[in-house]
Amino acid sequence: MKLMLTCREASSLISEGIDRDLGIAERARLRVHLAICAACTRMTRQFEFLRRAARAYPGPDDEPRK
Amino acid sequence: MAAFMTPGIDPVELQKHRPQLVRFAMLQLRNATAAEDVVQETLLAALQSGASFGGQSSVKTWLVGILKHKIIDAIRKQSREQPLESGDEETDIEDLQDAVYGADGHFRETPADWGNPEAALNQRKFFEVLEHCMEGLPKKTARAFMMREVMGLETDEICKELAITASNCWVLLHRARMALRECLEGRWFAAGGAR
Repeated sequence: MKLMLTCREASSLISEGIDRDLGIAERARLRVHLAICAACTRMTRQFEFLRRAARAYPGPDDEPRK
Repeated sequence: MAAFMTPGIDPVELQKHRPQLVRFAMLQLRNATAAEDVVQETLLAALQSGASFGGQSSVKTWLVGILKHKIIDAIRKQSREQPLESGDEETDIEDLQDAVYGADGHFRETPADWGNPEAALNQRKFFEVLEHCMEGLPKKTARAFMMREVMGLETDEICKELAITASNCWVLLHRARMALRECLEGRWFAAGGAR
């Protein structure tokens, strides 16, 4: 097993981590990658934000839409 | 007021929400007739069970709650009667990834800093952009994402309804997230929408 993940590989694990429990090895590799990769850390936050946005959809209803 | 209607729920007020509810249903069902049907059922159920509306949430939130159940029922029915045809292209994520990652597997372009994205959740306009981005997803991808993130279902249920394997389901969800991330970045966060 390769020790270092590429960002491309990390992306799948980040997304899957939202949908299933990652294995111990997967979690460890992802953690190591995120510790040194600002871009993937940013993407993790963005994927998590997508979830909050989707849960909040269709959003506030104060101003009616045209 | 007819006997079957509950005091406090104004049918005219309910109708005002119809367009939004239809858009919501369309995103997931991608079929105008099916979307109209679930919205019709939702409004009818709302009129008949107005008592369950305690006024603790907005009328829209309450209606959307009913609509979600009706959509899930419709999807279950649909998946029994006419499953979505499996488009291979939808479970293929390579093309999307090739655009984002170089041959070395690293980002071609670093994702932008979204600042404090939570502020967007108070803005009506943001949800219009999100809606537009979700409309741009392929049918099955959109359905998987909405079942997972809008309705909050677990992946095993989604796999079952979409008749796909768990790993295909994860790929669809990953694909949806990548596409939505990209779309929101271009149309909202980089466009200064957060201001």
